[in-house]
Amino acid sequence: MTEPPDGSPTVPRPRHALDDELDLARWRGRATDPDADRSRAEDVAPEAVARLRARSRALLGQLLRPHRRRLGLAVTLLLAQNAAAMSGPYLVMLGIDRAITPLRAGDPGPLVAVAAAFATASVTEYAARRCFLTLAARIGQAVLLDLRQRVYGHFLRLDVGFHERYTSGRMVARLTSDLDSIAELVDGGIDNLVVAALSVLSVAGILLWLDLPLAAATLLAFPFLFWLSRWFARASAGAYRRTREAVALVIVHFVESLRGIRAVQAYRREPRNQRIFAAVNDDYRQASLRAFRLIAVYSPGIKVIGNLTVAVVLGYGGWRVLGGRTEVGVLAAFLLYLRRFFEPMQELSQFYNSLQSATAALEKLAGVLDERPAVAEPERPTSLPAGPGRGAVAFRSVSFGYRPDAPILSELELTVPAGQTVALIGPTGAGKSTIAKLLARFHDPAAGAVTLDGVDLRNLADAELRRAVVLVTQENHLFSGSVAENIRFGRPGADDAAVEAAARAIGAHDFIAALPDGYATEVHRRGGRLSAGQRQLVAFARAFLADPRVLILDEATSSLDVPTERLVQRALGSIMRDRTALVIAHRLSTVEIADRVLVLDGGRIVEDGPPAELAAAGGRYATLHSQWRDSLI
Amino acid sequence: MPAQSDGDPAARDGAGRHPLRNLWRLRPYLRPYAVEFAWLLVAALAATAASLAVPLVVQRVVDGPVAGHDAAGLFRLGLLALLLGLAEAVLIFIRRWTQSSSSVGMEAAIRADIYAHLQRLPAGFHDRWQSGQLLSRITSDLSVIRRFLSFGLLFLILNLVTYLAVVVLLVRLHPALGLLVAASAVPLFLISRRFARHYHAASRRMQDQQGDVATLVEETAQGLRTMRAYGRGPELAARFTGGARALHDTGIAKARLLARTSALLDLVPNLTLGVVLVAGTAAAARGALSIGELVAFVSLQLMLIWPVQSLGWIIANGQEAATAADRIQEVLDTRPTIVDAPHARTLDRAQVRGRVRFEGVSFHYPGCAPVLREVDLTVEPGETLALVGATGCGKSTLLSLVPRLHDVTGGRITLDGHDLRDLRLASLRRLVGVAFEEPTLFSMSVWENLTLGRPAAGEEEVRAALALAQAEFAYDLPWGLATRAGEQGLSLSGGQRQRLALARAVLGRPALLVLDDPLSALDVHTEALVEAALRRVLRDTTALLVVHRPSTVALADRVALLDNGRIVAVGTHSELLATVPAYRAVLSAGPVERHDGAGLVRS
Repeated sequence: MTEPPDGSPTVPRPRHALDDELDLARWRGRATDPDADRSRAEDVAPEAVARLRARSRALLGQLLRPHRRRLGLAVTLLLAQNAAAMSGPYLVMLGIDRAITPLRAGDPGPLVAVAAAFATASVTEYAARRCFLTLAARIGQAVLLDLRQRVYGHFLRLDVGFHERYTSGRMVARLTSDLDSIAELVDGGIDNLVVAALSVLSVAGILLWLDLPLAAATLLAFPFLFWLSRWFARASAGAYRRTREAVALVIVHFVESLRGIRAVQAYRREPRNQRIFAAVNDDYRQASLRAFRLIAVYSPGIKVIGNLTVAVVLGYGGWRVLGGRTEVGVLAAFLLYLRRFFEPMQELSQFYNSLQSATAALEKLAGVLDERPAVAEPERPTSLPAGPGRGAVAFRSVSFGYRPDAPILSELELTVPAGQTVALIGPTGAGKSTIAKLLARFHDPAAGAVTLDGVDLRNLADAELRRAVVLVTQENHLFSGSVAENIRFGRPGADDAAVEAAARAIGAHDFIAALPDGYATEVHRRGGRLSAGQRQLVAFARAFLADPRVLILDEATSSLDVPTERLVQRALGSIMRDRTALVIAHRLSTVEIADRVLVLDGGRIVEDGPPAELAAAGGRYATLHSQWRDSLI
Repeated sequence: MPAQSDGDPAARDGAGRHPLRNLWRLRPYLRPYAVEFAWLLVAALAATAASLAVPLVVQRVVDGPVAGHDAAGLFRLGLLALLLGLAEAVLIFIRRWTQSSSSVGMEAAIRADIYAHLQRLPAGFHDRWQSGQLLSRITSDLSVIRRFLSFGLLFLILNLVTYLAVVVLLVRLHPALGLLVAASAVPLFLISRRFARHYHAASRRMQDQQGDVATLVEETAQGLRTMRAYGRGPELAARFTGGARALHDTGIAKARLLARTSALLDLVPNLTLGVVLVAGTAAAARGALSIGELVAFVSLQLMLIWPVQSLGWIIANGQEAATAADRIQEVLDTRPTIVDAPHARTLDRAQVRGRVRFEGVSFHYPGCAPVLREVDLTVEPGETLALVGATGCGKSTLLSLVPRLHDVTGGRITLDGHDLRDLRLASLRRLVGVAFEEPTLFSMSVWENLTLGRPAAGEEEVRAALALAQAEFAYDLPWGLATRAGEQGLSLSGGQRQRLALARAVLGRPALLVLDDPLSALDVHTEALVEAALRRVLRDTTALLVVHRPSTVALADRVALLDNGRIVAVGTHSELLATVPAYRAVLSAGPVERHDGAGLVRS
């Protein structure tokens, strides 16, 4: 459901009154994409919820499949443990009913047998429990590892457009908080869950065998248990889904505001941030509270049913003993078994709770995994034609817009022969960066095709495309690690000499050598903080090392001082000679090194030619050029 | 001083301290719920008492009505068991209901306090701490503590009480066997203590690794475009797998410890039960114990199995909570170094003339070589001073000292003669408008992004600021100023983001403008328009600009050349151009050997 972005009076307008309630609901603003807060698979409609549940179940199946054999072993161990544990009360019964009389008669045989059986059972239980717990943890941790890798890998595959609307904080929430709640179940729940389920079944079986009428009375509790559990499952699924969403908002706000802490402090944003945090935090608190209150009803509910059953069994069983229809020992065993039955049931309710929380989390992850990358790798990739000096780029009637109603490019035609350096200039919003992003395949065109050496980018394997095309932007992210590692990001196999050569070529060697640990300086560690210009230099060295066929520079030198920029340009001049380059720059000094200049406006090419010609032709470029010349002194 | 107290994630103290000390220090958060906690403890104990009474009723049933064929007595006792059972359930309900609000309340309170504290900590702290480590503290660590305060702690108390009560009952039923059961506490204690020690270290390792993974994830999210531009997905995935595998291994190590201990904790009561069974049967055979007593004894003893079995889980939970508390206190114990001095005063916008002086200012990041050395510089009221210098010479650092994002490590900065450290932070920062080299936008509405520091700004003020920064495009966004701007600026271009950041800086006419390369991402045409508008603002505002281009230098009345942390020349642009070769080299031309003084446009 997309509402028309027409600025009608229903659009909430920012207000300056500090009307907290309203204000806090409004601070986030309206997303341009209605699906901004979730993956597309998540929807409030009941069918979508059901579909997602099915997906997450299928996901769980996929995750468990490789561990089928180990799971089988685990179940066997569990059965052994359970059988051993269950034999306890039965042995007590045997002891009371069968051993006392012979012992009175001086025969210790039955008692010795019972004692031996008891010892065997205890040791079996010990061994089986220990092995089972270890094995269960192995399976659980392997599943977690697999799930972590899948979700992370999928996030990497998803297109830039997805990440722009989903926000990094939410991605962090999925990969930390949601996985934590699944880990919590793996750590401390699954065995109790299975043990409890097994207890229920085996106790029911033993009871039936011991005394049928008494067991029938006991089994009357089952429908109530079932009904109560179904209610809880339904109610808590919704409640936990809400907690997952609420905690994601807490994380988004936390991560973003601390990342921008300089702006926060410089603008005294702290009090308002605190209020917003209090609001999302409280929202999370209430969501959790709702979930916990459900279990505060469920758990004593189970207790009521259990205790009622005990009272009924006591009365009815006692009555049957009175009538001589059953033994005292049977009644005792019955009551003991009931304890074994409802005691884990109690804990089960607790773990059922983590199960519900984990299920909600798994649904969120399934939603992410279900998201198809808008920019997908081809099924059968085409290779680029071999041979040196390639890199011909063509845009064939390319249309594109970030939103369907606001096209940026329409029917763009552009051919760049291999080896040419093209400068793109034009006002903000003209579509320069869009062309760069389409060529780097951050997005796919809505219509038309972008080709490299005659191959549609959509048919190229990602690895091959990235080897051939590199985009350097003004946001130069440095990953934690050393300066050398960050440069080597351009070509992972490169040796130290190649890294240093790249840095030297770009003029970054001097400042890197002056860092506390030179190339080994950690970029995010104390003292390693680089200025924007230095980061740009590192990014350039990285691109230089990558040595692509096509190099795209989007405002990549904006933070450099003039001499450094010159140095970079000279280096670029030499590396660009034998490769295709697309340069977006606001400073015409950069443009001057181009073979060809394209002036863009409103998504169209309005001027096209060598810089000198355009400067002389008296068009827009000529105007800009003279303006810029005037600005220099 | 700041180097030590700024909190270094690498340096952890606490060696030799009691492992539960930091958990104990969180008790103020429990205080608002003290009454509730007392009530729920009472309810929990009463519930335990009710559940303990049931086997005693069973004993009466077996020894009384069953033995004596008394049907009426049987149903009386049956009714008693029923009432006890219902009472237990109601008490459990009360306990859980009360507990749910107090535990999530505590969790939220601690989280809000950590956030508040983190906002007070200076930029230097945030430079050093990985944000994922902070994040895992307010999510995973807090929920561990919540679980401990709401379940672990309670069950620890309950189980101890249950254990003692059961043992007392057992001793009364049969002193010798009762004491035998009591003696089983000794191996249990030894097992638990050993487990606690080992688990402590594993739990801390796990939490730190969780933080590392969170950091990796966050970094990936931020560097996503770079990753994509180079197609380095596989490398990042391998790196992530390393982190995830470390978690996996620690998880298994923890589980092994827990498996061994919890199996042992199962074995001890079972063996005790076996001994009791044999001895009890023998006693019953001798007639020293009634059969009813034996049944009651055994069923009471079975009540010990769960408390003992859960001991492993409770200890694990307690250790995790203890290490989580350590991690949280590491953050809360870091004192904010940039705070209001006790005598700090407020300056009114109207009182401020705007004379800024750097007096012998030095600055170095902790443990590093100095960035600024003995900088002396004066910006007169209303004057615009441009800072020029080679990449990485300390210009941005110098600017960050003005709103006190960092504090000088030597000398002082004054505003109208007041040392900045004598002003209230809020007052100082209200007077200073800042735009950073990287425009930081948050994923909230454009309006909210603009009025970051001035929530009370009116529509007219915002409109004026947007006009000045040539950022009226904001009105054309799909929902106008109510449109959510993404953290990385949605699909806004670098220039658009920079203009929004500039609008934010000039909004509300600050007394002092600090702009770090504010026009770097603008195209020539827009730059000219912004420059013209900025010039009007700068006429009566004191301003400190970092610039890289000759065109922007034109905005400044004077220029200071920064080289290697020192001011080497101050003067007007043309003076410096004429007299200082280094200035000419930095601002205007290519490599010196090719320099011919005028040719700026060359390939």
